Amino acid sequence: MYDEILKKYEPKKENLIYILHEIQDNHPEQYIPEDAVMEVSRYLSIPSNHIYGVMTFYTMFSTKPRGKYIIRLCESPPCFLRGSENLLRKLRELLNIKLGETTPDKKFTLELCACLGVCGNAPVMMINEDVYGDLNEEKVEAIIEKLGGQQ
Amino acid sequence: MTLKRTDILLCCGSGCVSAGALKVKKKLLELFEQKDITSEINIIETGCMGPCDYGPVMMVYPEGVFYKTVGVDDLEELVEEHFLKGRPLKRLMLQEEERIFATKKDIPFYQKQVKVALEHCGYIDPESIEEYIAVGGYEALGKVLTEMDPQKTIETIKESGLRGRGGGGFPTATKWAFTRKASGSPKYVICNGDEGDPGAFMDRSILEGDPHRVLEGMMIAAYSIGANKGYFYIRAEYPLAIKRIKNAIEKACEYGLIGENIFGTDFSFDAEVRTGAGAFVCGEETALIASIHGERGQPNAKPPYPSDSGVWQKPTLVNNVETLANVRTIILKGADWFAKMGTEASKGTKVFALTGDVKNTGLVEVPMGITLRELIFDVGGGIVDGKKFKAVQLGGPSGGCLTADHLDTSIDYESLTEKGAMMGSGGIIVMDDANCMVNVAKFFLEFSLEESCGKCTPCRVGLKQMYSMLERITSGEGKPGDIEELESLGNSIKALSLCGLGQTAPNPVLSTIRYFRNEYISHIEDKSCNTKVCLDLMHFLIDKDKCIGCSLCSRKCPVSCIPGSREEKYEIIQEECVKCGTCMEVCPVNAISKLPGISEELRSEKTEPSDYRSLYT
Repeated sequence: MYDEILKKYEPKKENLIYILHEIQDNHPEQYIPEDAVMEVSRYLSIPSNHIYGVMTFYTMFSTKPRGKYIIRLCESPPCFLRGSENLLRKLRELLNIKLGETTPDKKFTLELCACLGVCGNAPVMMINEDVYGDLNEEKVEAIIEKLGGQQ
Repeated sequence: MTLKRTDILLCCGSGCVSAGALKVKKKLLELFEQKDITSEINIIETGCMGPCDYGPVMMVYPEGVFYKTVGVDDLEELVEEHFLKGRPLKRLMLQEEERIFATKKDIPFYQKQVKVALEHCGYIDPESIEEYIAVGGYEALGKVLTEMDPQKTIETIKESGLRGRGGGGFPTATKWAFTRKASGSPKYVICNGDEGDPGAFMDRSILEGDPHRVLEGMMIAAYSIGANKGYFYIRAEYPLAIKRIKNAIEKACEYGLIGENIFGTDFSFDAEVRTGAGAFVCGEETALIASIHGERGQPNAKPPYPSDSGVWQKPTLVNNVETLANVRTIILKGADWFAKMGTEASKGTKVFALTGDVKNTGLVEVPMGITLRELIFDVGGGIVDGKKFKAVQLGGPSGGCLTADHLDTSIDYESLTEKGAMMGSGGIIVMDDANCMVNVAKFFLEFSLEESCGKCTPCRVGLKQMYSMLERITSGEGKPGDIEELESLGNSIKALSLCGLGQTAPNPVLSTIRYFRNEYISHIEDKSCNTKVCLDLMHFLIDKDKCIGCSLCSRKCPVSCIPGSREEKYEIIQEECVKCGTCMEVCPVNAISKLPGISEELRSEKTEPSDYRSLYT
């Protein structure tokens, strides 16, 4: 079932990260399921434990199903100094989940990420590929509400 | 192509986009359509203009008017006034007290800046190769390929004194010469676009704002070392930068600037983009190469250096984005021109990302040798909200803190290292006096701890130990001797770690101990955080004389720890307080204050630290 993706790449180990990216981006639940790992393992002829090693090393890959919107709050120092910790608390309250969890309606997943490179507008977060800057608690609430997440 | 009467340069750097620049563009186009002036006005999406704090920003030519914080709601008036009636709108210009800064060159933020790597950032459309060529793009490549041999190119770079802008400051020409001399073929060039330190976003802005410049620099480097293939390694967190570089490579191929026999010479070149998947340590060159190979991004011991054995075990040159961005200008304007700027050992200019509690956050490029004071106060505009400057962290979590006493330090590789900080890739995090330095050091350390790849023991285990000690200190469990132990452990980790991450991770702790030892002492001995940041070492208190007994605090308290009555007034049960601060916020008569140290009630019976941490985990 992952043939479509796999055949785009030569069966070389150097393509592993790109294959994993593409599988994850195309999965409706934005993660890499076990059967995919097995298929990639066969295709590239590398052991599945090596693939797990790579997957768990990089923060952007997930081995658990995730929501439609992945919220990545920047945890880098400039954002911290501008109050990202309060935003994390606010997001947890709004979504009623812990870090790394997904809301029961499968809408939101809450994660932290390393620097998003928008430090001039700290604190920032990225939801899927959109970056939101100069955040405060009110703005976070408005953004979540707009995406349909009021609880 | 029709001529237009007005060009709008709309900053579409990530900062401005996050502030709504694309919505502004959409609305402008709608309004132009309505007023029937679409054919007269050109909107160009440019890369980062620098002052991210004022986003979205735009410049309108031919007048050169600079507008800041342009919101969708301002546009109707702007179009009516400026684009129909020709009257620039003062309201959206940068103003300070009575002064109005109409154009870019009037603005203090730009006055001390000299743009080399950022020359065209914010001035051209990064997706248009024609615009890049119009401002002299690929001229340097042409010159190198047709008039200079590789040896001469390396010599020119050597004379310019260019040093690596990614952190280490290694002389660029030496690196090129090593890779040229190395035996083995083919050879490769890698552009390291895995941002140096968090807080430094110049590489991203250059890749997004002027991608062809980096590509041109890479090709000149490739020609000099004898490589025909280049990789851009870019963080997956930067989707726009990836898109722009891919587009640049594609366009350059179409124009024959990439491919076989470029400019009719023997030189052929091909470039490819590779991305990570979120790992800070991949900025380290051996880790980056491991990641290109499809492995976990773990560093390897050096030597062998990548110049001898890099990608596919072949000689590889790894240069940072900003370094490569300087190359074309050095070739065109000459090594002497570049070497005239800066200090004896640090030549040229450096791009800095100003962030934190400074007024003008954003991207700036200044000549080396400028002082921290000029950078923070003249270019950066000083501290926000009239607060006092306390410290500045240079080089991110790998760097060190400097204080007000060091404001006159010259910014160059040697002076900063000597003071216990480092250039890093140019992140400058300014902190005001509301910051607790112990807490800041703990935060930086936590960052490095999480990003440690786990391969070597000093970094993996040592950082964890240091972090536990800082946790104890900030929660009131510090012991005499802790400071000395932190110093000794920190120095061992620096000496024994395998790669740059571990070798520099203890720096924030060591430099804050060096310059803010008293803060550590008051945390440990007095059990007091004087900035009232560490929750275990501060408390809230109700002044019974001021309290009017309205009960608001008591009702709003999430843990119901404020009993009392209208007559008896209210009091906080310190043992149960989670220090959320709600009571202080809601008190209508400001009877509640935040005080440093442990409350008297708890001081006598110092118990377990309170349970507020459960809120965060």
